[in-house]
Amino acid sequence: MERPIRVLVAKPGLDGHDRGAKVIARALREAGMEVIYTGLRQTPEQIVEAAIQEDVDVVALSILSGAHNTLFPKITKLLKERGVDDVLVIGGGVIPEEDIPFLKEHGIAEIFTPGTPTSAVIEYIKQHVKRAVEK
Amino acid sequence: MNNLEELLVRGDKRAIARAITYAENYEEKAKEIIKKLYKRSGSAYIIGITGPPGVGKSTLTDKLVKNLIEKGNKIGVIAIDPTSPFTGGSILGDRIRMQDLSLHPNVYIRSMGTRGHLGGLSKGTYMATRILDIAGMDYVFIETVGVGQSEIDIVKIADTVVMVLAPGLGDDVQAIKAGIMEIGEIFVVNKSDREGSDKTVVELNMMLDLDDTKDWRPPVVKTIAYENKGINELIDKIFAHREYLIASGNLEKKRNQRLRMEIIETVKNKLMNNVFEKIQQKDFDFKLQEVIDKKIDPYTFADELYRDIFNKNL
Ligand SMILES: Nc1nc2c(ncn2[C@@H]2O[C@H](COP(=O)(O)OP(=O)(O)OP(=O)(O)O)[C@@H](O)[C@H]2O)c(=O)[nH]1
Ligand SMILES: [Mg+2]
Repeated sequence: MERPIRVLVAKPGLDGHDRGAKVIARALREAGMEVIYTGLRQTPEQIVEAAIQEDVDVVALSILSGAHNTLFPKITKLLKERGVDDVLVIGGGVIPEEDIPFLKEHGIAEIFTPGTPTSAVIEYIKQHVKRAVEK
Repeated sequence: MNNLEELLVRGDKRAIARAITYAENYEEKAKEIIKKLYKRSGSAYIIGITGPPGVGKSTLTDKLVKNLIEKGNKIGVIAIDPTSPFTGGSILGDRIRMQDLSLHPNVYIRSMGTRGHLGGLSKGTYMATRILDIAGMDYVFIETVGVGQSEIDIVKIADTVVMVLAPGLGDDVQAIKAGIMEIGEIFVVNKSDREGSDKTVVELNMMLDLDDTKDWRPPVVKTIAYENKGINELIDKIFAHREYLIASGNLEKKRNQRLRMEIIETVKNKLMNNVFEKIQQKDFDFKLQEVIDKKIDPYTFADELYRDIFNKNL
């Protein structure tokens, strides 16, 4: 039997709307995943704590404010400090091409820029979750 | 005790989280943990928060939890949302209203999907509740969406059931009253900042007065959850209900009944798993085709299937 993949969809930073995050949340639900949605304006500490308490397979970060270079690495660093190494962290939003290598170096497994079809995100997650979904 | 179990009894949140994952996936590991640590459970008081979608259950839970942690309690929250029967997926959004509880050292919050389980609970709920109990929680809150009789399993697991409503449900109160009046031990009219709240309170009281057979008359409390209004009063009513349960001996009865359910549910889930495994196999489809083609009838097939699974006659 298969269990559903659990994904935390989180919006770090101060930007005020979450349309993109909601679109991805719905797409993941349609793909049979359990999406924990935490709403706007999350601090890295809150995101990491929610990921731990919800024991998710994936943390999907969405950002529009441009603060990704500080916030994303902060989140992966906090996860590491808490000894969490079996969670896949991905990011999306308005992120310039040239920032992507830096983010990947800091533990973000993949970055999805605007225009990426949600099916690509779903496929990526299914291929890359670190914990077994068969039980 | 192994490492996970040691961390769990100390209330470590990662350990709780992993143990609940085992529970919600119905893995043997969850049972192993409970088998070993069962004796440590039994001190948590379980509060069910239920009611129609969007009435403010999560906001209310947030405020109740904040109130109780100030009194020095440790608290676990299980927030259950329905899983889509079509895709198997779900969006669990109750945490949105409990954001600043996330970082509190004495609070653990977990979102769960019903995953096809009927009755409004997830099938891992009994185990998850016990795990939180073992982890030293003084109170466990279970939030479920409930609008009718199909979702009343919350009454089987909770010590006190708080039924949350809001004004403007209007005729809905009539429509759902059959489902809700027996469930609630405390009624809350949230969103009392809205027009019509007094009317809803009056209607509820009238309905509750119709049933004078019970020795606990459910009180009706007005709240404005997002302004933190009425919360102290609601806490008082929850405590009063607990006192009543203890004094009347009903707490013990309730908990014995819950144990009975926990055992029956576990066996039932196991049986259902066996059945589902069987009907996922190829020969099921093959046999089904024979029924469709009228070579055999559905009841002969059902008998055969049963014999196949349980090794005895239906
Ligand atoms: N006017 C008013 N709105 C409230 C009150 N309490 C909560 N809300 C709002 O009602 C909406 C739903 O609140 P939730 O706490 O998510 O309700 P819920 O019952 O948990 O919702 P589901 O879990 O989706 O069924 C939110 O926008 C809250 O801010 C209140 O006392 N008055
Ligand atoms: Mg809710």
